[in-house]
Amino acid sequence: MSLLTDVRAPAPAVLPRLLGDAGMRAAGRARPVRRGALTTMLDAAGLRGRGGAGFPVAAKVRAVRRATGLRRPVVVANGVESEPLSHKDALLLRSFPHLVLDGLTLLAHEVGATRAYLGVAAGAVEVDDVTAALHRRPRDVEVEVVEVPHRYVASESSALLSWIDGGAAVPYVRPPWEAERGVGGRPTLVHNVETLAQVALLAYYGVHWFRAVGQPDEPGTFLLTVDGAVATRGVYEVAAGTPLADVLERAGVALDADTAVLTGGYLGRWLRGAAVRSASVSRAGMDAAGGALGAGVVHVLPPESCPLAETARVATYLAEQSAGQCGPCRYGLAALAEAMRALAWWPDADAQAANRIRRWGEMVKGRGACRHPDGAGGFLVSAVDAFADHVDGHVGHGACAAAARELRSAR
Amino acid sequence: MSGAWEVRVDPIECAGHLLCVELLPERLRVDDWGYPMVDGRPVSGELLAHARRAAAACPTLALRLNRRETGKEAERG
Repeated sequence: MSLLTDVRAPAPAVLPRLLGDAGMRAAGRARPVRRGALTTMLDAAGLRGRGGAGFPVAAKVRAVRRATGLRRPVVVANGVESEPLSHKDALLLRSFPHLVLDGLTLLAHEVGATRAYLGVAAGAVEVDDVTAALHRRPRDVEVEVVEVPHRYVASESSALLSWIDGGAAVPYVRPPWEAERGVGGRPTLVHNVETLAQVALLAYYGVHWFRAVGQPDEPGTFLLTVDGAVATRGVYEVAAGTPLADVLERAGVALDADTAVLTGGYLGRWLRGAAVRSASVSRAGMDAAGGALGAGVVHVLPPESCPLAETARVATYLAEQSAGQCGPCRYGLAALAEAMRALAWWPDADAQAANRIRRWGEMVKGRGACRHPDGAGGFLVSAVDAFADHVDGHVGHGACAAAARELRSAR
Repeated sequence: MSGAWEVRVDPIECAGHLLCVELLPERLRVDDWGYPMVDGRPVSGELLAHARRAAAACPTLALRLNRRETGKEAERG
């Protein structure tokens, strides 16, 4: 199985809240909250964004409210989910569209918006689910479903805003930040759809309930897309702080010293062996282990495949998917992918290749309008670090059996 | 108080003419693909005049000279 799979996964929830009874009971039943009170609740709950960046939700809301003078703000739900290994947003939109729309409506009231957008991947089945759900709701907030063409960077928030405004679905340079100038030049609040569903649960059940699971600094649950070499793939909902090893055990993975897991997504980090055991499901817990929570991707590398070959394939995809607007991303990711392919498949991969990847991975950091180069560079560096022994093998003896087999079958 | 300034490259506008690296080598160097890299250090005093000249010389107006801002983190996405 390759990392470039596309599955719409079922939902075995480990600790079902969003995906369980709590979500089912709350969906479509959001009660209006007094203006300002929701921001206070968001603060008290310590809710952070679930799209990957993990920014405090209350701070974003406050920034929009600060920027709102005579211009009415706009609220945007980001359900584009262009990360090929992530399916949690699609699942949420399919199963609990009302929960997402509840969160969107609540936040619209909170900032005084009457217009909202919901970005979804063009042609995705969830477009129908969301549209059907919208027909069954009061029209106090006008929600337009926006289908976004597929491109990896299209789910980046500025790319989504650009598309809504009639431009191309590619990132732009900030500042101005969307809180001040977003859709149509209006103050704009953009949140991932999982974040919005969490807002709906928080408003319905309250701060105490929300904080009852998870950790003091990262309360609540996270949705994870667990896939790859697992017995039970799917979208899992787990409390923040759950050891990654527990999640993998639930998914039927027999952990050993060599188990390799891609965390976060294509812009994430490889973890292997002891690092897998030390990681837990929270931003801090992943970072401490050298992983990445990102958008909640947990992808187990099949033991029979070559990690360098898998990484090289993804690197090639990421380079192709660069919007090509920023030189360091356009040329830097192409160079990084080329170096990774050399390491994976060329018979004469040289000893400097891994160091070149480390150097270029650092060089592309912070050099684009968005974090695409940073993420791609970090992902490649994590590969040469986590699989340093494998790199040595390829450099010393040429491509390993798995990579050589692929090369033969590709001819 | 003159306050601190910083140079930034707009990565979309930048086409790699590299005049800025010639004019402000104290803050800019060339990467492996022919694009300028800024270090994050502030610009002040005598260097400010050089930074202004570098910004004005950029053919695509990609080099920006901004007041160093603090406390704006809350508006990031």
